[in-house]
Amino acid sequence: MRIWLSLAAVTVATWLMKAAGPLALGDRPLPPAVRTVVGLMAPTLLAALVVVEVGGPGWSGLDWRQLVGVAAAGVVRWRGGPLPAAVIAGAVVTALLRLS
Amino acid sequence: MTVRASFASGVRDGTGPAAATFVLALSYGAAAAQAGWGFWAPVTFSMLAFTGAAQFALLTTLASGSAVAAVSSSVLINARYIVMSVALNDSLRGSRLRRALQAQALADPSFVLAHRGGGRFDAPRLVGATAPQWLCWVTGTAVGLLAQPSPGLLEALGADVVFPAFFLLLAMDEVRRSPGALLAAACGAVIAGALLLVTEPGYALLAGTAGALVGAAHGGSAHADDSEGDR
Repeated sequence: MRIWLSLAAVTVATWLMKAAGPLALGDRPLPPAVRTVVGLMAPTLLAALVVVEVGGPGWSGLDWRQLVGVAAAGVVRWRGGPLPAAVIAGAVVTALLRLS
Repeated sequence: MTVRASFASGVRDGTGPAAATFVLALSYGAAAAQAGWGFWAPVTFSMLAFTGAAQFALLTTLASGSAVAAVSSSVLINARYIVMSVALNDSLRGSRLRRALQAQALADPSFVLAHRGGGRFDAPRLVGATAPQWLCWVTGTAVGLLAQPSPGLLEALGADVVFPAFFLLLAMDEVRRSPGALLAAACGAVIAGALLLVTEPGYALLAGTAGALVGAAHGGSAHADDSEGDR
Protein backbone atom coordinates (compact mmCIF):
# COMPACT_ATOMS: atom_id res chain seq x y z
CA MET A 1 0.00 0.00 0.00
CA ARG A 2 2.84 2.36 0.88
CA ILE A 3 4.39 1.67 -2.52
CA TRP A 4 1.13 2.27 -4.43
CA LEU A 5 0.38 5.53 -2.59
CA SER A 6 3.91 6.82 -3.16
CA LEU A 7 3.93 6.01 -6.84
CA ALA A 8 0.47 7.55 -7.28
CA ALA A 9 1.74 10.75 -5.67
CA VAL A 10 4.83 10.90 -7.90
CA THR A 11 2.70 10.13 -10.98
CA VAL A 12 0.17 12.90 -10.34
CA ALA A 13 2.91 15.41 -9.47
CA THR A 14 4.69 14.54 -12.74
CA TRP A 15 1.49 15.03 -14.75
CA LEU A 16 0.97 18.44 -13.15
CA MET A 17 4.56 19.53 -13.75
CA LYS A 18 4.42 18.52 -17.41
CA ALA A 19 1.15 20.44 -17.74
CA ALA A 20 2.43 23.48 -15.80
CA GLY A 21 2.98 25.68 -18.85
CA PRO A 22 -0.49 25.28 -20.39
CA LEU A 23 -2.23 25.32 -16.99
CA ALA A 24 -0.51 28.52 -15.89
CA LEU A 25 -0.36 30.39 -19.21
CA GLY A 26 -3.30 29.14 -21.30
CA ASP A 27 -2.95 30.77 -24.73
CA ARG A 28 -1.02 33.82 -23.51
CA PRO A 29 2.25 34.04 -25.45
CA LEU A 30 5.57 34.42 -23.67
CA PRO A 31 7.27 37.83 -23.78
CA PRO A 32 10.01 38.01 -26.47
CA ALA A 33 12.80 38.17 -23.86
CA VAL A 34 11.60 34.92 -22.32
CA ARG A 35 11.34 33.39 -25.79
CA THR A 36 15.06 33.99 -26.27
CA VAL A 37 15.83 32.15 -23.03
CA VAL A 38 13.48 29.34 -24.01
CA GLY A 39 15.33 28.89 -27.29
CA LEU A 40 18.50 28.14 -25.36
CA MET A 41 16.81 25.79 -22.92
CA ALA A 42 17.31 22.59 -24.93
CA PRO A 43 21.12 22.76 -25.27
CA THR A 44 21.49 23.94 -21.67
CA LEU A 45 19.39 21.13 -20.26
CA LEU A 46 21.25 18.57 -22.36
CA ALA A 47 24.65 19.74 -21.17
CA ALA A 48 23.48 19.61 -17.55
CA LEU A 49 22.05 16.12 -18.13
CA VAL A 50 25.37 14.85 -19.50
CA VAL A 51 27.20 16.14 -16.42
CA VAL A 52 24.67 14.71 -13.96
CA GLU A 53 24.54 11.35 -15.78
CA VAL A 54 28.30 11.00 -15.83
CA GLY A 55 28.94 12.43 -12.36
CA GLY A 56 26.11 10.84 -10.40
CA PRO A 57 25.14 12.04 -6.89
CA GLY A 58 28.06 13.94 -5.37
CA TRP A 59 30.25 12.94 -8.35
CA SER A 60 30.35 9.44 -6.82
CA GLY A 61 29.43 7.79 -10.11
CA LEU A 62 32.47 9.03 -12.03
CA ASP A 63 34.10 6.22 -14.00
CA TRP A 64 36.80 7.09 -16.54
CA ARG A 65 35.82 4.15 -18.76
CA GLN A 66 32.30 5.56 -19.07
CA LEU A 67 33.75 9.00 -19.72
CA VAL A 68 35.96 7.69 -22.54
CA GLY A 69 32.98 5.88 -24.09
CA VAL A 70 30.84 9.04 -24.02
CA ALA A 71 33.69 11.04 -25.55
CA ALA A 72 34.19 8.38 -28.23
CA ALA A 73 30.53 8.70 -29.19
CA GLY A 74 31.05 12.45 -29.48
CA VAL A 75 34.04 12.00 -31.76
CA VAL A 76 32.23 9.55 -34.05
CA ARG A 77 29.32 11.98 -34.37
CA TRP A 78 31.67 14.91 -34.91
CA ARG A 79 33.38 13.01 -37.72
CA GLY A 80 30.00 12.68 -39.40
CA GLY A 81 28.79 9.31 -38.10
CA PRO A 82 25.04 8.75 -37.72
CA LEU A 83 23.62 9.19 -34.23
CA PRO A 84 22.75 5.55 -33.35
CA ALA A 85 26.12 4.33 -34.66
CA ALA A 86 27.94 6.88 -32.52
CA VAL A 87 26.08 5.77 -29.38
CA ILE A 88 26.77 2.09 -30.05
CA ALA A 89 30.44 2.87 -30.71
CA GLY A 90 30.63 4.64 -27.36
CA ALA A 91 29.10 1.69 -25.50
CA VAL A 92 31.46 -0.74 -27.27
CA VAL A 93 34.52 1.33 -26.30
CA THR A 94 33.49 1.31 -22.63
CA ALA A 95 32.66 -2.40 -22.75
CA LEU A 96 36.11 -3.14 -24.21
CA LEU A 97 37.84 -1.00 -21.57
CA ARG A 98 35.98 -2.92 -18.86
CA LEU A 99 37.18 -6.26 -20.23
CA SER A 100 40.70 -5.60 -19.05
CA MET B 1 5.09 19.85 -42.85
CA THR B 2 1.76 18.14 -42.20
CA VAL B 3 0.84 16.85 -38.76
CA ARG B 4 1.15 13.29 -39.98
CA ALA B 5 4.59 13.85 -41.50
CA SER B 6 5.79 15.62 -38.35
CA PHE B 7 4.54 12.79 -36.18
CA ALA B 8 6.21 10.21 -38.43
CA SER B 9 9.52 12.09 -38.36
CA GLY B 10 9.28 12.14 -34.57
CA VAL B 11 8.68 8.39 -34.41
CA ARG B 12 11.65 7.79 -36.69
CA ASP B 13 14.06 9.96 -34.70
CA GLY B 14 12.62 8.75 -31.40
CA THR B 15 13.64 5.13 -32.03
CA GLY B 16 17.29 5.80 -31.10
CA PRO B 17 16.50 7.23 -27.67
CA ALA B 18 13.82 4.52 -27.38
CA ALA B 19 16.46 1.79 -27.69
CA ALA B 20 18.45 3.50 -24.93
CA THR B 21 15.27 3.78 -22.88
CA PHE B 22 14.71 0.04 -23.23
CA VAL B 23 18.13 -0.72 -21.74
CA LEU B 24 17.50 1.68 -18.87
CA ALA B 25 14.06 0.15 -18.30
CA LEU B 26 15.62 -3.32 -18.07
CA SER B 27 17.74 -2.18 -15.15
CA TYR B 28 14.77 -0.39 -13.60
CA GLY B 29 12.67 -3.55 -13.78
CA ALA B 30 15.49 -5.64 -12.33
CA ALA B 31 16.03 -3.17 -9.47
CA ALA B 32 12.30 -3.03 -8.72
CA ALA B 33 12.12 -6.82 -8.59
CA GLN B 34 15.02 -6.91 -6.17
CA ALA B 35 13.38 -4.26 -3.99
CA GLY B 36 10.31 -6.50 -3.72
CA TRP B 37 7.88 -4.24 -5.57
CA GLY B 38 6.08 -7.13 -7.26
CA PHE B 39 5.19 -6.99 -10.97
CA TRP B 40 2.22 -4.70 -11.39
CA ALA B 41 3.32 -1.71 -9.32
CA PRO B 42 6.47 -1.00 -11.37
CA VAL B 43 4.72 -1.70 -14.70
CA THR B 44 1.79 0.57 -13.82
CA PHE B 45 4.23 3.21 -12.62
CA SER B 46 6.13 3.06 -15.92
CA MET B 47 2.92 3.27 -17.95
CA LEU B 48 1.43 6.22 -16.10
CA ALA B 49 4.38 8.27 -14.89
CA PHE B 50 6.86 7.51 -17.72
CA THR B 51 9.73 9.25 -16.01
CA GLY B 52 12.98 7.33 -15.68
CA ALA B 53 14.97 9.33 -13.15
CA ALA B 54 12.13 9.91 -10.70
CA GLN B 55 11.10 6.25 -10.80
CA PHE B 56 14.65 5.16 -10.00
CA ALA B 57 14.81 7.75 -7.23
CA LEU B 58 11.60 6.57 -5.61
CA LEU B 59 12.86 3.01 -5.68
CA THR B 60 16.00 3.83 -3.72
CA THR B 61 14.62 6.51 -1.38
CA LEU B 62 11.50 4.58 -0.39
CA ALA B 63 13.65 1.68 0.77
CA SER B 64 15.61 3.83 3.18
CA GLY B 65 13.44 6.65 4.47
CA SER B 66 9.99 8.10 5.07
CA ALA B 67 7.46 7.98 2.23
CA VAL B 68 6.95 11.76 2.27
CA ALA B 69 10.67 12.44 1.93
CA ALA B 70 10.96 9.81 -0.79
CA VAL B 71 8.06 11.25 -2.80
CA SER B 72 9.25 14.84 -2.53
CA SER B 73 12.82 14.10 -3.55
CA SER B 74 11.57 12.05 -6.52
CA VAL B 75 9.24 14.85 -7.58
CA LEU B 76 12.07 17.33 -7.31
CA ILE B 77 14.11 15.44 -9.87
CA ASN B 78 11.35 16.26 -12.36
CA ALA B 79 11.06 19.95 -11.55
CA ARG B 80 12.75 20.74 -14.86
CA TYR B 81 9.51 19.63 -16.57
CA ILE B 82 7.94 22.87 -15.31
CA VAL B 83 10.57 24.87 -17.19
CA MET B 84 10.21 22.69 -20.28
CA SER B 85 6.40 22.93 -20.15
CA VAL B 86 6.50 26.74 -20.03
CA ALA B 87 8.96 26.71 -22.94
CA LEU B 88 6.67 24.44 -24.94
CA ASN B 89 3.38 26.25 -24.34
CA ASP B 90 3.68 28.84 -27.14
CA SER B 91 3.99 26.05 -29.68
CA LEU B 92 0.87 24.17 -28.57
CA ARG B 93 -2.60 24.81 -29.97
CA GLY B 94 -6.11 24.41 -28.63
CA SER B 95 -7.74 24.71 -25.24
CA ARG B 96 -5.86 24.66 -21.96
CA LEU B 97 -6.79 21.02 -21.35
CA ARG B 98 -5.78 20.03 -24.86
CA ARG B 99 -2.42 21.72 -24.41
CA ALA B 100 -1.94 20.12 -21.01
CA LEU B 101 -2.57 16.69 -22.56
CA GLN B 102 -0.10 17.30 -25.39
CA ALA B 103 2.49 18.42 -22.84
CA GLN B 104 2.31 14.95 -21.25
CA ALA B 105 4.51 13.82 -24.14
CA LEU B 106 7.42 15.76 -22.60
CA ALA B 107 10.59 13.73 -22.19
CA ASP B 108 14.16 15.01 -22.35
CA PRO B 109 15.07 13.56 -25.79
CA SER B 110 11.66 14.47 -27.30
CA PHE B 111 11.87 18.04 -26.03
CA VAL B 112 15.14 18.44 -27.90
CA LEU B 113 14.11 16.53 -31.03
CA ALA B 114 10.98 18.69 -31.32
CA HIS B 115 12.96 21.94 -31.03
CA ARG B 116 12.79 23.79 -34.35
CA GLY B 117 15.13 26.56 -33.26
CA GLY B 118 14.40 29.95 -31.76
CA GLY B 119 12.24 28.48 -29.00
CA ARG B 120 9.65 27.04 -31.39
CA PHE B 121 8.62 23.42 -30.98
CA ASP B 122 6.85 20.97 -33.26
CA ALA B 123 4.09 19.40 -31.15
CA PRO B 124 3.23 16.42 -33.42
CA ARG B 125 6.94 15.63 -33.66
CA LEU B 126 7.16 15.75 -29.86
CA VAL B 127 4.34 13.25 -29.48
CA GLY B 128 5.78 11.06 -32.25
CA ALA B 129 9.22 10.99 -30.63
CA THR B 130 7.77 10.04 -27.26
CA ALA B 131 5.60 7.20 -28.59
CA PRO B 132 8.41 4.64 -29.17
CA GLN B 133 10.18 5.73 -25.97
CA TRP B 134 7.04 5.15 -23.91
CA LEU B 135 6.54 1.75 -25.51
CA CYS B 136 10.15 0.75 -24.81
CA TRP B 137 10.05 2.09 -21.26
CA VAL B 138 6.97 0.01 -20.41
CA THR B 139 8.01 -3.20 -22.19
CA GLY B 140 11.58 -2.82 -20.90
CA THR B 141 10.29 -2.52 -17.34
CA ALA B 142 8.23 -5.71 -17.76
CA VAL B 143 11.11 -7.64 -19.35
CA GLY B 144 13.50 -6.43 -16.65
CA LEU B 145 11.11 -7.60 -13.94
CA LEU B 146 10.80 -11.04 -15.50
CA ALA B 147 14.37 -11.62 -16.69
CA GLN B 148 16.17 -9.67 -13.93
CA PRO B 149 19.47 -9.06 -15.74
CA SER B 150 22.27 -8.44 -13.26
CA PRO B 151 23.49 -4.82 -13.00
CA GLY B 152 27.01 -6.14 -13.52
CA LEU B 153 26.12 -7.55 -16.93
CA LEU B 154 24.53 -4.30 -18.16
CA GLU B 155 27.53 -2.37 -16.92
CA ALA B 156 29.96 -4.74 -18.62
CA LEU B 157 28.13 -4.09 -21.88
CA GLY B 158 28.61 -0.34 -21.49
CA ALA B 159 24.88 0.31 -21.07
CA ASP B 160 25.57 3.27 -18.79
CA VAL B 161 27.20 5.09 -21.71
CA VAL B 162 24.03 5.10 -23.78
CA PHE B 163 22.11 7.94 -22.16
CA PRO B 164 24.90 10.43 -21.51
CA ALA B 165 26.17 9.75 -25.04
CA PHE B 166 22.74 10.49 -26.51
CA PHE B 167 22.45 13.69 -24.54
CA LEU B 168 25.94 14.75 -25.60
CA LEU B 169 25.21 14.12 -29.29
CA LEU B 170 21.89 15.97 -29.16
CA ALA B 171 23.67 18.84 -27.38
CA MET B 172 26.29 18.93 -30.15
CA ASP B 173 23.52 19.21 -32.75
CA GLU B 174 21.89 22.05 -30.81
CA VAL B 175 25.16 23.91 -30.27
CA ARG B 176 25.96 23.71 -33.97
CA ARG B 177 22.77 25.63 -34.72
CA SER B 178 23.54 28.77 -32.75
CA PRO B 179 26.59 30.40 -31.15
CA GLY B 180 24.60 31.47 -28.07
CA ALA B 181 23.77 27.84 -27.43
CA LEU B 182 27.42 26.97 -26.80
CA LEU B 183 27.75 29.53 -24.02
CA ALA B 184 24.39 28.53 -22.52
CA ALA B 185 25.30 24.83 -22.63
CA ALA B 186 28.72 25.45 -21.08
CA CYS B 187 27.13 27.44 -18.25
CA GLY B 188 24.51 24.75 -17.73
CA ALA B 189 27.21 22.10 -17.48
CA VAL B 190 29.33 24.12 -15.05
CA ILE B 191 26.40 25.03 -12.81
CA ALA B 192 25.11 21.44 -12.72
CA GLY B 193 28.61 20.09 -12.13
CA ALA B 194 29.30 22.46 -9.25
CA LEU B 195 25.94 21.89 -7.58
CA LEU B 196 26.34 18.14 -7.90
CA LEU B 197 29.05 18.45 -5.25
CA VAL B 198 26.75 19.97 -2.66
CA THR B 199 23.21 18.90 -3.47
CA GLU B 200 21.00 16.26 -5.08
CA PRO B 201 21.04 15.68 -8.85
CA GLY B 202 17.48 17.06 -9.15
CA TYR B 203 18.49 20.47 -7.83
CA ALA B 204 21.67 20.43 -9.93
CA LEU B 205 19.64 19.80 -13.12
CA LEU B 206 17.04 22.42 -12.32
CA ALA B 207 19.66 25.06 -11.50
CA GLY B 208 21.63 24.08 -14.60
CA THR B 209 18.78 25.32 -16.81
CA ALA B 210 19.68 28.83 -15.57
CA GLY B 211 22.61 28.58 -18.00
CA ALA B 212 20.08 29.60 -20.68
CA LEU B 213 19.74 32.97 -18.92
CA VAL B 214 23.48 33.58 -19.25
CA GLY B 215 23.42 32.62 -22.92
CA ALA B 216 20.48 34.96 -23.57
CA ALA B 217 22.02 37.83 -21.58
CA HIS B 218 25.06 37.72 -23.85
CA GLY B 219 22.92 38.28 -26.90
CA GLY B 220 23.17 34.74 -28.08
CA SER B 221 19.58 34.35 -29.11
CA ALA B 222 18.96 30.99 -30.69
CA HIS B 223 18.81 31.75 -34.36
CA ALA B 224 15.49 32.26 -36.05
CA ASP B 225 15.23 29.55 -38.67
CA ASP B 226 11.68 28.76 -37.56
CA SER B 227 10.63 27.91 -41.07
CA GLU B 228 13.39 25.42 -41.75
CA GLY B 229 12.11 21.92 -42.37
CA ASP B 230 13.94 18.75 -41.38
CA ARG B 231 17.07 18.71 -39.36
